[in-house]
Amino acid sequence: MKALLQVHDVSHRFGASSVLNHVSLAVAPGSYTVLLGPSGSGKTTLLSILGGFLLPSDGRIVIRGEDCTAVPPAKRPTATVFQDYALFPHMSVGGNVGFGLRMRGMGRIERDERAKAALEQVGLPGAFARKPHELSGGQRQRVALARALVVEPAVLLLDEPLGALDLKLRRQMQDELKAIQKRAGTAFIHVTHDQEEAMALADHCVVMNAGRIEDEGPPERVYARPATRFTAGFMGESTMIAGTVTKRGTIETVLGTFAALHKTSAGARVTLAIRPEHVGLARTRGNLGKGLVTDVVFQGSFKRVLARSAAGDGFAIIAKLAADSAVRPGDMVSFACDPAHLIVLTE
Amino acid sequence: MRVLAIIYAALLYGFIFLPVAVLILFSFQATSFPIPPFTGPSLRWYGAVLSDGRLTAGLVNSVLVALASSAAAVLLGFRSAWGLAHFRLPGAAWLRGLITIPLTVSYLIIGMGLLIMFNAIGLPKSLWAAGVGHVVINLPLCFAIIYSQMGDHQLTIERAARDLGAAEWQVLLLITAPMLWPALFAAFFLSMTFSWDEFVISWLLTRFDTTLPVEIWNLMRSGLNPKTNAVGALVFGVSIMLAILFELIALRRRPA
Repeated sequence: MKALLQVHDVSHRFGASSVLNHVSLAVAPGSYTVLLGPSGSGKTTLLSILGGFLLPSDGRIVIRGEDCTAVPPAKRPTATVFQDYALFPHMSVGGNVGFGLRMRGMGRIERDERAKAALEQVGLPGAFARKPHELSGGQRQRVALARALVVEPAVLLLDEPLGALDLKLRRQMQDELKAIQKRAGTAFIHVTHDQEEAMALADHCVVMNAGRIEDEGPPERVYARPATRFTAGFMGESTMIAGTVTKRGTIETVLGTFAALHKTSAGARVTLAIRPEHVGLARTRGNLGKGLVTDVVFQGSFKRVLARSAAGDGFAIIAKLAADSAVRPGDMVSFACDPAHLIVLTE
Repeated sequence: MRVLAIIYAALLYGFIFLPVAVLILFSFQATSFPIPPFTGPSLRWYGAVLSDGRLTAGLVNSVLVALASSAAAVLLGFRSAWGLAHFRLPGAAWLRGLITIPLTVSYLIIGMGLLIMFNAIGLPKSLWAAGVGHVVINLPLCFAIIYSQMGDHQLTIERAARDLGAAEWQVLLLITAPMLWPALFAAFFLSMTFSWDEFVISWLLTRFDTTLPVEIWNLMRSGLNPKTNAVGALVFGVSIMLAILFELIALRRRPA
């Protein structure tokens, strides 16, 4: 499939500090792409460049086969949903949603009709005549979404769209956002620092750090088989064990030899990572050895168990155990994992 | 305690408003001297003011100068606030300070400076010159009021409008100005108040056609009579009206 939007080797500097380093990215039509990273990773800068608010120091942006790098926001086929919604406070909700169409010279009657349809699409059919300040945070978010969608952009850019909402509303809006995206069929590019949000929404998850793309792919793959150590850490916690690749293509650690899928050449120093849900208790001797339980946190559907390994330098073991598990702090227990779930991270 | 507080408040407000109250009371005097006993009420002296050609001309001049200079001050203040809010300029803090500094300079100094400069460039004393003086004293105020309302939020909203296809003039006309209208009107009415009351600059910079405060001063040189009280009461009434308009608009400002 031909890419709808392409980022070709884009770099950006603010004064002396470099915020984006040779970033390239392709976005497929109708896809939901999430740019995920901590603050300062360059994700918001990249979104500003895509929206036309920032001219990159280097590189090109191609949308629908046309070079848009220097095209101003008003003229490019993108629309942005801003973090604080940026609704026009002096206009009604209908005036807000119809604004883009008004700028395109559409008559009032048709414009109002389209605005009403867009409000219906985001689940706010009755809000047309109301003022933004009469709406709740979640409702304003929907108005901002309708306002951007009604101009039928090729790509919709969302800058931390759920950042201002409380946790419960955030999870609810997250589901709706995905549903709206599927209905509209528009490609969404969404910036967030919340990896749960990223995993729930993304078709294509792009992990960014220090101005570079660390890893990209389907969220399941990025979580289960992260390409880099940073990605592994950012997508969730893991038990980390240092090791060395031996000639036979296996990995030697303080706990013995592990067989794991990897492409690293012999002699390389690597880290084995295991996600907490893949760590369990062993009846006899487990392949992760014994550990002294230091903390048990009951979290409703599971218990989060922290332990210190008895082997080697005493690395930390993190496990997600069943809620009825009888482990207590101070216990010495054996841990095990399915070698199929081992993640091999190179330095 | 409560009684003391009430007495204190009464004394305080009395101190501020008693002179004005006396002035207004004796503007309704029926006889020829604004001194007790009070012989009114009578509108005799208001009639005299309105049939005095010089005073009514001064009144019209004052209104014209106030309207024109306030409009110019608001427009210039808005443009400079907009520029300083939208662009990162080298030494922006200094530029902001430089715009607001005339607030601390006495009107006498500003008036003399303008007089010397107008003499040097050959601009004669006139209402225009006084109007320029009023722009000089009101521009910093308008800038400060309008600039205080231009936050990052405003900039993001303008960005959203541009993103949706608005040209720069459409952003200004449909988004920025309507969002800032309380600040624009507040600045306008406050400028009107200051221009309306202003004496020193008008006195220095006008000659034949002049503003109402200067005409009142001319009138007072020939001694006190209830006509000065009547015209003073009129000036005060207009000032209060403008101040109330300013308060109404400033206090009704929507929470951002």
